[in-house]
Amino acid sequence: MNMRTEAAIPDSQSGGLPTGRESITLRIGGMTCAHCPPAIEKAVREVTGVKTVSVNLATQTAKVGYDPAQAKVSEILRAIRSVGYAVGTATMRIPIKNMHCTSCATRVELALKMTPGVIAARASLAPNAVDIEYQPERTDFQELRRSIESSGYRLAEPKVKPTDETLDPAEAANEQEYRSLMRKFWIAAVISLPVMAFSYPDLIPGLRDWMPMGSDTRRIVWALLGVLSLPVLLWSGSQFFVGMWDALKHRAANMHTLIAIGITAAFLYSVVAVAWPGIFPDMALAEVFWDVTDVVVALVVLGLALEIKAKGRTSQAIKKLIGLQAKTARVVRDGKEIDLPVEEVLVNDTVIVRPGEKIPVDGKVSVGSSAVDESMITGESMPVEKQTGDEVIGGTLNKTGSFRFTATKVGKDTALASIIRMVKDAQGSKAPIQRVVDTVSGYFVPAVMIVAILAALVWYDFGPEPRLIYATVILVTTLIIACPCALGLATPTSLTVGIGKGAENGILIRSGDALQAAEKLDAVILDKTGTITKGEPALTDVVVTPGHEENAVLRLTASLERGSEHPLASAIVKGAEARKIELADAEGFAAIPGHGVSGRIDGHDVLFGNAKLLRDRGVPADALLPQWERLANEGKTPMYVAVDGRAAGLIAVADTVKPDSRAAIEILKGLGIEVVMLTGDNERTGRAIAREVGIDRVLAEVLPDDKAHEVQKLQLEGKSVGMVGDGVNDAPALAQADVGFAIGTGTDVAIEASDVTLIKGSLMGVVTAIEISRATMRNVRQNLVGAFGYNALGIPVAAGVLYPFIGLLLSPLIAAAAMAFSSVTVVTNANRLRFFQPRRTGS
Amino acid sequence: MTPDRWIVTIAGIGLVAFIIWFFWLKRSTGARATETSGGYQEAMILVKGGYTPDTIVVRSGRPVRLNFRREETASCSDKVIFPDFQKSADLPTGETVAVELMPKEPGEFGFSCPMGMFRGRLVVE
Repeated sequence: MNMRTEAAIPDSQSGGLPTGRESITLRIGGMTCAHCPPAIEKAVREVTGVKTVSVNLATQTAKVGYDPAQAKVSEILRAIRSVGYAVGTATMRIPIKNMHCTSCATRVELALKMTPGVIAARASLAPNAVDIEYQPERTDFQELRRSIESSGYRLAEPKVKPTDETLDPAEAANEQEYRSLMRKFWIAAVISLPVMAFSYPDLIPGLRDWMPMGSDTRRIVWALLGVLSLPVLLWSGSQFFVGMWDALKHRAANMHTLIAIGITAAFLYSVVAVAWPGIFPDMALAEVFWDVTDVVVALVVLGLALEIKAKGRTSQAIKKLIGLQAKTARVVRDGKEIDLPVEEVLVNDTVIVRPGEKIPVDGKVSVGSSAVDESMITGESMPVEKQTGDEVIGGTLNKTGSFRFTATKVGKDTALASIIRMVKDAQGSKAPIQRVVDTVSGYFVPAVMIVAILAALVWYDFGPEPRLIYATVILVTTLIIACPCALGLATPTSLTVGIGKGAENGILIRSGDALQAAEKLDAVILDKTGTITKGEPALTDVVVTPGHEENAVLRLTASLERGSEHPLASAIVKGAEARKIELADAEGFAAIPGHGVSGRIDGHDVLFGNAKLLRDRGVPADALLPQWERLANEGKTPMYVAVDGRAAGLIAVADTVKPDSRAAIEILKGLGIEVVMLTGDNERTGRAIAREVGIDRVLAEVLPDDKAHEVQKLQLEGKSVGMVGDGVNDAPALAQADVGFAIGTGTDVAIEASDVTLIKGSLMGVVTAIEISRATMRNVRQNLVGAFGYNALGIPVAAGVLYPFIGLLLSPLIAAAAMAFSSVTVVTNANRLRFFQPRRTGS
Repeated sequence: MTPDRWIVTIAGIGLVAFIIWFFWLKRSTGARATETSGGYQEAMILVKGGYTPDTIVVRSGRPVRLNFRREETASCSDKVIFPDFQKSADLPTGETVAVELMPKEPGEFGFSCPMGMFRGRLVVE
């Protein structure tokens, strides 16, 4: 509670507002600390027309007094948002039918603005929809719909479109594109068959006699074939011309340009051959290439269609994530349970989840308990037990029990939405390796055109007869075999699959840079606390003096510690509970700062603390000293217990190692990566943990500010260094490292400083991330070698380089098939990454 | 060489020269983004066979909003990437998508589709 804020405006003032003044209470989300209210107040006060403002941290509200003539509510909201807080309004886009004129839009807007709770409404004709900003506690979708209908318009679709993160339109467009391409392919394919047969009558005995060379029959049949091929050129092949023309306007060239020129050249030659055979010096030159046009169009169009299908599969991971989003939520409002679209759930709403239901948004369990399957987000296959106070993640599946939770993050702030956004951004980013490709592809298409022309010239000038036909075939084949698409697709498709694969396993790779850098790591620095270890102390040992029993001593200590707020106390209480020991109540509990605690339980005087506490009370404990030293050497924190003035034993707590840390470190070493441990603890504790997990190099007693420096020192040894730590305390070190791995917990996934976020807090994530990076980069290289190699071999062969030596010349039909399937091959190879399986510990 | 060979050779070389001039020797001066009352520098970019305009001139230190509108279905252009800003956006056909950037330092920053067939430049002064 912030006193200054409370004192700023006495409550009585809001009752007697002077005229020209209105007051509004806004619900604010994201206020967690005492310095939040002043920041908001300052921002709001800067809005002209605002007279008073008071922000209350406890109720999460802001009361603003303002002059409506000068200030608008929307300006106040904007001011609050500008300092980074969510203000209690939601936005919704509602599509509207038959809203054709500006005045219609104004009418809808007016009707909505009159609705209580609506802060802003903007209708636009272009998407034919209205964007509404409203206060969800005052109005809801049904109310808004009534307002719109009262203005005489209807909603275009009954369902509300989620504001962001929907892939559907893009997918629908792809599907439509695919179907249209397949139609074009079938037409071209069906026409290709007779055209092919009649184009080579000299090869088919019956046809050779029926339509001999130079006969009118042959000319007429060929003319008919030309007419038949026209729709293939102009309809099936239309996108090549459109694509070429759009690019030419920008003085650019692309794959469409190459294909369009190739098929046009073949077609025009055939037209001339049929229409004016006389201009050819030899009758044999008056050949037709209708088949080239038809088959090339058919094959390339089929290739494009298959490519769309295969590319759709590359983004399967993100589709899965989007599919996790819940559609509705059961929320308690005004004491009633109501089902709401998930977009309308607000921060601080109480949400009810039953067994088998999806958890709609992020939150903290308030009532009840259950086991939740979080595998879709964290990659952890075991269900997680949730009790009061535990975080739940939106999109995960509730298994066994019913519970209520308080929503903490909604809409685009939820962990799931952040994950989707991060994965999408990462999939769209470029790996450094792509720069080479970008430079090449900028020059590629015009270069191919030049090569094709020069090759045709050489064949015309120096080639064998019939020179004209050879030159034409060479030109067409060279243009068609070149495949800029394979080059362009090589890196992005692999990245998309690789980064998606990471997300499926609870590993968020932030960019192509990070993915590429992770492959080359020489050393990984692991922060000890919270990374190798669980980060919270647990009971490890109970040592007793003769005459005492372990569980009895633990029971007394735990009963005493139940009253303490010390972090070690809860470890002991939990340890006792794990042994199913029933605790008693302590009388006369006293905490002695710097020493320990004392109290009376079941008639026994109990002391618990360090050696100093026992010395001060005159309790001899020398007999326990060797045991104390042994435990301390193991990196544990042992403490003395005395009962009725006599030393009873030692109880040790320690930060324990996560179950799979040792296995993960072993695998990392097996991958040829040096593993270093970094800790702020003393050398002895650090060494003890390092021994346990098999790390040789320990950097102990490192101050938090020096962590980044230690990373740098290792980098100066010439190593590429990965740093694994938590995103808050280790942020500078994560940023300094070549790849920063942040161990995330629960809903906190958008960790800024990190290159990689491990949603599940296990070190196996580092292993999986590095293995995904290696697999992906290997895949990228295969693709690049394939695509470059294909073009580097295909183009010279098509140009006829091999003809003088072994008489090899490619047919344009073969070139078309090769070109169409080269890009499909690249995408298919990238899709192989989908079968990547992370290692499991113990296997 | 026979006359027809001379003619074809000269025509072919002329064509090569034309290709070099047409595709590689172009200079675009670029369009300057307009400044809105909200302090944004805004520009509309049409995505169709390329980016129109393909060079946007802005001033450093002020937020930039580029509104992309894609009017084609070719799958290459369904995304635009700003590698220097680590940003990318999906461009569904027929929708206007705003990309917001904060250029802090002057320089030239490229943007392109994932395959690099469409290219544009953001010139920051």
